[in-house]
Amino acid sequence: MEYFDTFVSILGSAIRLSIPLLFTALAGLFSERAGIFDIGLEGKMLASAFAAACAAYWTGNAWAGLGAGIMVAIIFSLLHGFASITNRGNQIVSGVALNFIAAGLTIVLGTAWFNQGGRTGQVPPEGRFSGIVLPGAEMMRDVPIIGPLYANVISGNNILTYIAFLMVPLSWWVLYRTRFGLRLRAVGENPGAVDTAGVSVVWLRYRALIVTGFLAGFAGTYLSIAQSAAFINNMSAGKGYIALAALIFAKWKPVPVMFACLLFGFLDAFANFMQGKSLPMIGEVPVQIFQALPYILTCILLAGFIGVARPPKAGGVAYTKER
Amino acid sequence: MNLQSSANEPAIELVGIDKKFGAVHANKNINLSVGKGSIHGIIGENGAGKSTLMSILYGFYHADEGEIRIQGRPVSIRDSQAAIAAGIGMVHQHFMLVENFTVLENVMLGAEGGQLLAKGVAGARKELKRLETDYGLEVDPDALIEELPVGRQQRVEILKALYRGADILILDEPTGVLTPAEADHLFRILQVLRDQGKTIILITHKLREIMAITDTVSVMRRGEMVATRKTAETTVAELAELMVGRRVLLRVEKQEAKPGPVLLSVKNLIVKDGRGVTMVDDVSFDVRAGEIVGIAGVAGNGQSELLEALAGIRKPVSGEIFIDGKPVEAADPALLRQLGLAHIPEDRHHMGLVLKFEEYENSILGYHHDPRYGRGAMLDLDAIRRQAEEQIAKYDIRPPNAQLKTANFSGGNQQKIVVAREIERDPKMLLIGQPTRGVDIGAIEFIHRRIIEMRDTGKAVLLVSVELDEIRSLSDRILVMFAGKIVGEKPSDADEQTLGLMMAGIAA
Ligand SMILES: Nc1ncnc2c1ncn2[C@@H]1O[C@H](COP(=O)(O)OP(=O)(O)OP(=O)(O)O)[C@@H](O)[C@H]1O
Ligand SMILES: [Mg+2]
Repeated sequence: MEYFDTFVSILGSAIRLSIPLLFTALAGLFSERAGIFDIGLEGKMLASAFAAACAAYWTGNAWAGLGAGIMVAIIFSLLHGFASITNRGNQIVSGVALNFIAAGLTIVLGTAWFNQGGRTGQVPPEGRFSGIVLPGAEMMRDVPIIGPLYANVISGNNILTYIAFLMVPLSWWVLYRTRFGLRLRAVGENPGAVDTAGVSVVWLRYRALIVTGFLAGFAGTYLSIAQSAAFINNMSAGKGYIALAALIFAKWKPVPVMFACLLFGFLDAFANFMQGKSLPMIGEVPVQIFQALPYILTCILLAGFIGVARPPKAGGVAYTKER
Repeated sequence: MNLQSSANEPAIELVGIDKKFGAVHANKNINLSVGKGSIHGIIGENGAGKSTLMSILYGFYHADEGEIRIQGRPVSIRDSQAAIAAGIGMVHQHFMLVENFTVLENVMLGAEGGQLLAKGVAGARKELKRLETDYGLEVDPDALIEELPVGRQQRVEILKALYRGADILILDEPTGVLTPAEADHLFRILQVLRDQGKTIILITHKLREIMAITDTVSVMRRGEMVATRKTAETTVAELAELMVGRRVLLRVEKQEAKPGPVLLSVKNLIVKDGRGVTMVDDVSFDVRAGEIVGIAGVAGNGQSELLEALAGIRKPVSGEIFIDGKPVEAADPALLRQLGLAHIPEDRHHMGLVLKFEEYENSILGYHHDPRYGRGAMLDLDAIRRQAEEQIAKYDIRPPNAQLKTANFSGGNQQKIVVAREIERDPKMLLIGQPTRGVDIGAIEFIHRRIIEMRDTGKAVLLVSVELDEIRSLSDRILVMFAGKIVGEKPSDADEQTLGLMMAGIAA
């Protein structure tokens, strides 16, 4: 029973850790399926986390925080679009540059406004997304197995968590059941086909990037005002890259993206749990091993051991009519 | 010159179209009128400006000057959407299809009929069915594009245009990638379309096709429209002369071959493709100095893999290759080049050229270690450019500018860059794949002459081509390949019928 409780608590924290990954990976899904590589997910997450914390701190309203987070992430997305779609710049360079801008700007502005070494002020409880207790959670708690799972894993999360999981079928539906989705998938494979079909490649790709910004805004907001109560220096801590790894691991498909993020979130939670503990026979396992696992798994996948990951064909190349 | 190309009223009129790409004047004051319900051919040398003119009509490029009238009304075609709205459809030289989409998705793209796909799908299926019965354009709507042969993919392009209600259909070199049987089928479809009142513009380099199917034909030369004729009132010889501006030999003359010792020898070669399918199945043959051996066959019967194996690009599963009597141990293109083997690859875009490089850089591709082009790690750019300019002059590559990005040369001129590079190296043996694909007749004559000169100076030449005419006019011996095997050998004067049957695997 004790083992089970531990398991439930790891599972609960796995869910919490996988939410920012899930939002971010879905964000990346839209831009990459449209043929725009987005190494700048990390920066978008960081910038929107900062914006959300600031707005929530000043207004005391969590939803205002979310709005600000989304706005800023969309602005970053549009900058990426301006560099790589309108001016046909290199998408990787543009993404990396945005990451630097986000890292630098959040520190500079944070220090100037709050004077706490890059931290923002503590966001009051009304300005945060806190856990929602689902009906019946208390009643169920004593039911064996299902009870603790329902009460501690499924119930008690904040609203953004539930939104994240809703975004999975929604993304799938948009991608595979709407006109926008069909064109978006087409433009990532062969923009020439879209252009000659009389659809604007530029506008289509911009719209994809706006969706990316929208979703990345949720991820940042989650970090600063749902998972914690303030913005802290570099609080995204590489999650944008792990999300990118999850996206590749999931072969650019929405439902597998969810499972990949849950897996990577679980590895993270497990690493936290193992910290300072030693295993029988083996001894203490360095947590870095677990932290590196998402990347290692992705490399194994890319090397072709778990099927083939075929990226969108036109990814990374700016579209020009000239030959 | 506003010669009406048909007795009918015109469906398309182009008036004074002018287009420049930087220094290149691609279209000079073009006037053209195409009659409703006719098939109009456009021919012209490589780089004459045919594709540019059609891309302007389809809204892909913008004309600097000029007017377009469709069904008598002036229209402004800003983008492809406007062209589609004006009833114009285009089948591009390089297909514009999404390879991992189904036929249905490709056809619907851009014309989905609503925000949600579900609504449009049923209608699209019905419409495809109707187009299939009306025009004989059958394809499985649920097949993935990447799994269809090129002939079928092209049919999807035509369906795309018709689905959007095109009355005018432009086809840019549609037969370049087709087998003869597929081309025949395409022409039957085009005739049905014309009989139902559609107007068709057909760009091709093959004068035989022009004579067989068009009603009227226009000739372009160096950006200008130089003549328009009724097909029934002209001849292949006249058209060829109009195109090139001089008389052209449609079949090069050559002396009897004087074969010397065996230079290239292949024994029991077996080659598999990337998917592990055996493409070359136990093939053996010799090529002697001073002879051209042609390999005839319908595309996809193992010729490509054979050529790649000989060039050291693909490692054979088993079998032996001898050069000058010595076995070749490793699949190593650099080593083979040192041994005097040059290779003109079948696909200039994938293997022959780096399209982003300037012309002179491509002119030494694969030969950059040659001491003539520099010492140690440094390249002698002056020497390279000088030599590139010599080749440009000798092969009449247009525009004559060694510093132009290779992608900006027209297809035929790109091919000449590859041919010049490989032949001018003066190799002992030459492997040639599809030397004249997409190349105009003037250039074909030139390239063919160079190949025969190579033979006459004692080189061993292996020629792979899906153009039976080309094989027959150049080769001293013809090997026919079918399903990975060499099914027979014929002299160069074998008749087309016999070879055709062998290529289809029917008679040996
Ligand atoms: N996008 C472009 N940028 C620069 N130059 C171009 C471009 N497109 C075409 N050109 C140039 O314009 C001229 C006409 O090219 P075009 O492709 O229309 O010739 P074409 O008649 O279709 O030749 P081919 O038979 O080889 O296909 C060529 O000299 C070509 O190099
Ligand atoms: Mg062309």
